[in-house]
Amino acid sequence: MTLTRRSLLATSAMAAAAATLPAMPAFAQSGDTIKVGILHSLSGTMAISETTLKDVMLMLIDEQNKKGGLLGKKLEAVVVDPASNWPLFAEKARELITQHKVAATFGCWTSVSRKSVLPVFKELNNILFYPVQYEGEESERNVFYTGAAPNQQAIPAVDYLMSKDGGEVKRWVLAGTDYVYPRTTNKILEAYLLAKGVAKEDIMINYTPFGHSDWQTIVADIKKFGSAGKKTAVVSTINGDANVPFYKELGNAGIKATDIPVVAFSVGEEELAGIDTKPLVGHLAAWNYFQSVKNPANEAFIKQWKAYKKSDKAVTNDPMEAHVIGFNMWIKAVEKAKSVAPDAVIDAIVGVEVPNLTGGISKMLPNHHITKPVLIGEIRADGQFDVVWQTKDLVPGDAWTDHLEGSKDLEADWVNLKCGNYNTKLKKCG
Amino acid sequence: MITQAILARLDLRGRLFLGAILAALVLVPVLNLVVPAGSPFHVPTWLVSLLGKYLCYAILALALDLVWGYCGILSLGHGAFFALGGYAMGMYLMRQIGTRGVYGHPVLPDFMVFLNWKELPWFWYGFDMFPFALLMVFLAPGILAFVFGWFAFRSRVTGVYLSIITQALTYALMLAFFRNDMGFGGNNGLTDFKDIVGFPVQAQGTRVALFALTLIALAGSYILARAIVTSKAGKVLVAVRDAESRTRFLGFRVERYKLFVFTLSAMMAGLAGALYVPQVGIINPSEFAPGNSIEVVIWVAVGGRGTLVGAAIGAILVNFAKTTFTTGALAPYWLFALGGLFVLTTLYMPKGVIGTYAEWREKRRERATLAAHAASKPAE
Amino acid sequence: MRIIRLPLTALRWVASCLLLGLVFTHAAQAGPLDDAAALFAKDSFTDTARAIELVAESGAEHAGPAIEALNDRRLFVAADQTVYFRDAAGAFIALVSGAKLPSEPAGGNGVRVNNRIRSVINTALGTLTLQSPDPAKRRAAAEAVFKSRSPDSETALQAAIRNEKIAPIREIQQTALAAIIATAPNRSDIDRLAAIEVLKERGDREALTPLNQIPAEAGANVKDAAKAAVQTINNRLATWSAVQNAWYGVSLGSVLLLAAIGLAITFGVMGIINMAHGEMVMIGAYATFIIQEIIRQNAPGLFEYSLAIAIPAAFIIAGTIGIAMERLVIRHLYGRPLETLLATWGISLILMQAIRTLFGPTNREVGAPAFMSGSFRIGLIDITYGRVWIVGFALVVFFAVLALLRFTPLGLQMRAVTQNRRMAASMGIRTARVDALTFGLGSGIAGLAGVALSQIDNVSPNLGQSYIIDSFMVVVFGGVGNLWGTLVAALSLGIANKFLEPFAGAVLGKIALLVFIILFIQKRPRGLFALKGRAVEQ
Repeated sequence: MTLTRRSLLATSAMAAAAATLPAMPAFAQSGDTIKVGILHSLSGTMAISETTLKDVMLMLIDEQNKKGGLLGKKLEAVVVDPASNWPLFAEKARELITQHKVAATFGCWTSVSRKSVLPVFKELNNILFYPVQYEGEESERNVFYTGAAPNQQAIPAVDYLMSKDGGEVKRWVLAGTDYVYPRTTNKILEAYLLAKGVAKEDIMINYTPFGHSDWQTIVADIKKFGSAGKKTAVVSTINGDANVPFYKELGNAGIKATDIPVVAFSVGEEELAGIDTKPLVGHLAAWNYFQSVKNPANEAFIKQWKAYKKSDKAVTNDPMEAHVIGFNMWIKAVEKAKSVAPDAVIDAIVGVEVPNLTGGISKMLPNHHITKPVLIGEIRADGQFDVVWQTKDLVPGDAWTDHLEGSKDLEADWVNLKCGNYNTKLKKCG
Repeated sequence: MITQAILARLDLRGRLFLGAILAALVLVPVLNLVVPAGSPFHVPTWLVSLLGKYLCYAILALALDLVWGYCGILSLGHGAFFALGGYAMGMYLMRQIGTRGVYGHPVLPDFMVFLNWKELPWFWYGFDMFPFALLMVFLAPGILAFVFGWFAFRSRVTGVYLSIITQALTYALMLAFFRNDMGFGGNNGLTDFKDIVGFPVQAQGTRVALFALTLIALAGSYILARAIVTSKAGKVLVAVRDAESRTRFLGFRVERYKLFVFTLSAMMAGLAGALYVPQVGIINPSEFAPGNSIEVVIWVAVGGRGTLVGAAIGAILVNFAKTTFTTGALAPYWLFALGGLFVLTTLYMPKGVIGTYAEWREKRRERATLAAHAASKPAE
Repeated sequence: MRIIRLPLTALRWVASCLLLGLVFTHAAQAGPLDDAAALFAKDSFTDTARAIELVAESGAEHAGPAIEALNDRRLFVAADQTVYFRDAAGAFIALVSGAKLPSEPAGGNGVRVNNRIRSVINTALGTLTLQSPDPAKRRAAAEAVFKSRSPDSETALQAAIRNEKIAPIREIQQTALAAIIATAPNRSDIDRLAAIEVLKERGDREALTPLNQIPAEAGANVKDAAKAAVQTINNRLATWSAVQNAWYGVSLGSVLLLAAIGLAITFGVMGIINMAHGEMVMIGAYATFIIQEIIRQNAPGLFEYSLAIAIPAAFIIAGTIGIAMERLVIRHLYGRPLETLLATWGISLILMQAIRTLFGPTNREVGAPAFMSGSFRIGLIDITYGRVWIVGFALVVFFAVLALLRFTPLGLQMRAVTQNRRMAASMGIRTARVDALTFGLGSGIAGLAGVALSQIDNVSPNLGQSYIIDSFMVVVFGGVGNLWGTLVAALSLGIANKFLEPFAGAVLGKIALLVFIILFIQKRPRGLFALKGRAVEQ
């Protein structure tokens, strides 16, 4: 092969350019701050939910710095935008850890984004705090789940609806968006309802695609299903964007909460901000936090948030509280371990207790889930929720549900067993 | 012999391009594996994977340029072929997990256990064997492209209409793959891979090897594409692009040429997808999103349509910009930058980076000749 | 829902119902209201439910207003356990005495309400207002009693039927009575059979609920009659469900039509692959939001007209942005249709991010004026007013555009320029101006679509993205350059979608339609209504 002199020159120039590329980010590292990664989509379809979580993290980090930082150093937030693109989540996670050398990352919303970054956090041994309610069936050494597991949201909600106060519901519509969280939640709920003596023909399961916008047929089906003479309720795991047209259609079709109540697991204050809630009064949501909960910690947080957003209309919601809890737990664990090294923090954080915003004390469990209260709220005309029921004690998050065949023998314990999926029958890990 | 035959087909630009690939093929692994981590010349592993990802996009852009730049078929569905190749590879990687999944099921991937599936669906058979998976990497997109093209080109669907139905194709596939009942993992897609042909996917050595393979695939795709466009058939393709009816009247079976190049390009895209999946670690239905396919068109346009090398460079440039812009303070503005890039490129650089550069050099040379001419003439 | 009652009060209940049946009297019964106040103060749902019944039974004049106040969360327990409420006029009234309080007692805490309590309230209010002088209230009360089927309302209901003068309301009252008789225990089978007959006569979905709740102790002939009635109603509903699907299809089709008309102009007539079309729709929706915000803050009385004001505003805003787009970018790209795709895609990214930066990424609330909420019934199907307005609006926009193209000088010039630009120019038409106006028109109509979509979908930066592909499908399927084709395509795709959905599910139905369009284009590459003549060669 012959190369001309010119092409040889050009080639070596390009190679040199390629070689300098990696050297570039090196100066971004500095020793006098502790970096915290924020991995939330700021553009694309998920920006609608995730942008506020980025803001809440920035506010928390700000506050911590005002209190003097951590271990005598200032905290520094590194914000990246994975743009609702799942492979980009993995790329950005890798960038945060290897390039920016963050001590911990707070981020992700959808299950798929978490699944996408998981191998990265395992490989590079770093920490992720995941703040959203999810389908469970997972426990990883490097991930801390500060949102609700199914037993901290779905099952108490169904229990409430079956009770006298909830209207003694006998017939159930499980409606969800077709992805893994609704699929799993509905599977667990179906098993649970059947075990409670609900007949198979009294359960209707329906899946719709992401962003489904024409709900006429499904709302009519729900109405039809509800006219069989038994009290009927809808358990909705409909995701984000599709909720607004769904609720608008419910309102238009005149389905009142006293006829067929809808209990939702993905609709919070933030989602309701885009809907006229007057026709929806009385429909329910199950969360571990509501903005309307009255206690000093929550009021202080809401005030701080409104001041930070410079808007009196800014609302708070459950995943935001999860970040508050997660961040405070991390701070405590770092102080306990006197180091931000992930291994030290992972060991130190289990058992750490911090106050949550609903008046209790949440604790990090060995399965990397936390204890949370379960609250059922009814939608008010002003877009907030009225808490109509709540668990007496905090509920510990269960990584592996007891209601499904594949996972009832599994257990997660990162302290004694050092395993996220210990099989109690086979007595082995994995 | 062969090298000479190849070189004969290459212009200076092509030689430079292959030279750069060769240099990267030697330099990057050496700088990653041999040079110690502390040295300023060390290439960290994450960067190797990142570059590998860019290169996969480059192959995809090359494939699109082959049909768009040389045959005038603006496919807005190339992301679908890319994703199909990716899924074929992803299915192989899933089967390799074996009992290491969270539920420890020997055959079924985790998501199937999760959804209570009792046995493997038929279309997952054979994917535990690498050669079969490799075959499917080419066959799945190839057959789809062949069938689609067979219908579309025979009924002379062209131009805008073709673009829009390719978009419908990828959109329909996206909806289908999002369904959990399809058996491809729904929205979560395929992820948490363990190893590929016996090597752990996450290991440094595997990553470098994958990177090198991607480089070789890029070089191979380039040489193949170049061979096609410089052949006699390539001349016919250009003729189809510029005046389809006239070419048909001259007696060429236009749809055969189109079908051939469309299918080949789809297979190239499939290969790119297959190399992409182990390097980024996930494949999910959003790869089918129509927006992704449009973005590929932009890469080609930025680099220079109908230049092959330009397409590859465009893909790398735009994605490098994406990586840089999506971090830090600029994060909220990167869509402005990307959108602006699309508008400005189409308005002011319709020939892309490479085309514009070539034009500029041409002009300069002309001016130089003119000047030399003028200088040689004595003033009167 | 059944209501728990203490056996002791049963007699008093009947007595007070009789009292209610005549006229409201000033009977100041201190007893039940005192008990009610004590129960309200406990603020547990079971106690509240009981308290409501006590208030309803009390026969006090302010019983109705008090229960209404509770429904709106205007009933409070003060720190000293005084229970009081704020009436509609804003005055504070003590529950026990019914007397106006000089000022609001300190430490008032609202009594909580949930769905169970709301049902009890509806029953109580229904019973109390069965004989209200306002016919609308009487009708609502009869419907409420029909829904609750509480045997407690029976006596009041019978009295109401005797006094009712308006036949349709009496009919509802009679079905309500039938529903009570059919579902209550300890009735004679003859009464039940008669009740079933009445319910069968009503024959709608709501009648199914009591028919499915015949008590187990009823005779076999009653059960058979109920079963037969259910069967009859179900058969009738099945026939009507085809009509219902067709209506849903038309209403989905009209949404598609609205979204596609603008594109039929920019893409169909001008040949620009306008990927930013969806963003014009989104901008129209945001324009509606802005108008409503302004109205909310400055002139709340105008809210009912907010959409009427938003229509021209959205048209002008989206149209202006469209004209700017055409002047700045698109005019440089005529003759290169595929490159307009790239440039407009870029513009769409910029517009989306601009809106996200200006208004934030979250959904914005766009309210529905009263005339657009609620529903009415034709035969056995419910039709919502909102959808009717949208269908009507889509048709009006469609015919307006058609008329504009056909009967105005601008329309003539537009057609001339798109058919033969050079000839048109040589006839003295300012083609550049016509291009800008045409594109502005297309964008403006997309903005109008946004006004309608703000009523049924998210108002978020992503709004446009979900409609762009569907819009292209409609235009291509209908035939580029033919507005009638767009109309037919939109409606037929909408109806096909709605008939497929019950069998195949929402996703498979949509996939099937996409595949159908792909195949259809192979067969007829120019769509349903292909333009004939020279335009084909372009």
